[in-house]
Amino acid sequence: MHELSLAGGILRIVEDVARRDAFTRVEKLCLEAGALAAVDVAALRFALEAISPGTVLEGAELEISRPTGRAFCFGCGESVQIDALGSACPACGAYRLQPTQGMELRVLELRVRDH
Amino acid sequence: MCVVCGCEDGEDATSPLEPESPGDGHHHVHAHGHHHAHDGHSDDHHHHHAAEHAHVHVDPTAGDLHYGQGAARVSVPGMSQARAIQLEADVLGANDHIAAHNRAHFAAHGVLALNVVSSPGSGKTSLLCATIEAMRASAPQLPLAVIEGDQQTARDAERIRALGVPAVQVNTGKGCHLDAQMVDHAFASLALHHADPQHGGVLFIENVGNLVCPALWDLGERAKIAILSVTEGEDKPLKYPDMFAAAQLLLINKVDLLPYVQFDVATCLEYARRVNPTLECLTVSATRGDGVDSFVRWLLRAAESTAAHAP
Repeated sequence: MHELSLAGGILRIVEDVARRDAFTRVEKLCLEAGALAAVDVAALRFALEAISPGTVLEGAELEISRPTGRAFCFGCGESVQIDALGSACPACGAYRLQPTQGMELRVLELRVRDH
Repeated sequence: MCVVCGCEDGEDATSPLEPESPGDGHHHVHAHGHHHAHDGHSDDHHHHHAAEHAHVHVDPTAGDLHYGQGAARVSVPGMSQARAIQLEADVLGANDHIAAHNRAHFAAHGVLALNVVSSPGSGKTSLLCATIEAMRASAPQLPLAVIEGDQQTARDAERIRALGVPAVQVNTGKGCHLDAQMVDHAFASLALHHADPQHGGVLFIENVGNLVCPALWDLGERAKIAILSVTEGEDKPLKYPDMFAAAQLLLINKVDLLPYVQFDVATCLEYARRVNPTLECLTVSATRGDGVDSFVRWLLRAAESTAAHAP
């Protein structure tokens, strides 16, 4: 359940911005958690909803995008799309994939109100 | 969206408010042409354009107040202004920042730091004890230290200290993993931290027994070493791929029990390499001693190359 720790990290990022930037309310929080990012999106959503009451994130709409996973195949040299680690290469069937994309875990954007 | 006239933000690409709504071609005049620097924050690992849209913007040099630079381009007391702040900040950025500090710190001391990860009960501490004794025999001059992570008790650190090796126990409470800040604090209290960089040394960081969460938290280690025991099942790398993908070395432990369990080492390794094609692997038994000498050779090679790069 590391999603709770991640939610704490997300709240900290937002609070840091709020201190510098004097907004009072977050209307919408946009995150991205790649398909290979070792994050369960439902658990992350639950954790954020659990910790947000009483914080600047209270009531914020949550949008979590899920960039697809990509990997380089040592078997055929292709860059291919994969949904999970341990998959076979969809091009040649080899299990020799090095993930290259989809590990992102970022706060992309906040939409805020000043008062 | 402009709350004064209700139009969409058509001109200012840095404020993509309501991006799903089409603009109406109504352009606002951008009132000021000079550029403000917003990057004066020491821990600023994001760039945002918020101040351009703040309700009131204070010029950092002259102290002039600029109203009407929000999305609505006009300030109406009591009226709310919506605006977007683009961050693109890594959620683990704060941890990664400290981990980078740890990595530089270890390098400056010539210390090889290894993050030892596994599920509970795979034999991490027993294998560390066997390894420490073997290293003492083959490289008695090499300083060793251990950081032990567990939710509670100091039992593991006591086992290491009983061998005469300095150990710090980090109790994470309800936390399921060590983070870089904990390792920074723990390393500061170890004698290894004060040793002559010429001597190098090896710091084992035994993470909380958990095959999921510690994969995400960089501690500043040179490598993660994943331990999997033969009583756990050969398909574990497929079921918990993130940890095996993050590791550089896999130790298959408790091989003395192979006659009693259904576990095929070759199949396990094949599964592990499905998630990590470059994973190295050694088979070991902490209790009987199989493979410990190979692991020690791996460690000594890594320790030598770390010490060689120390300033």
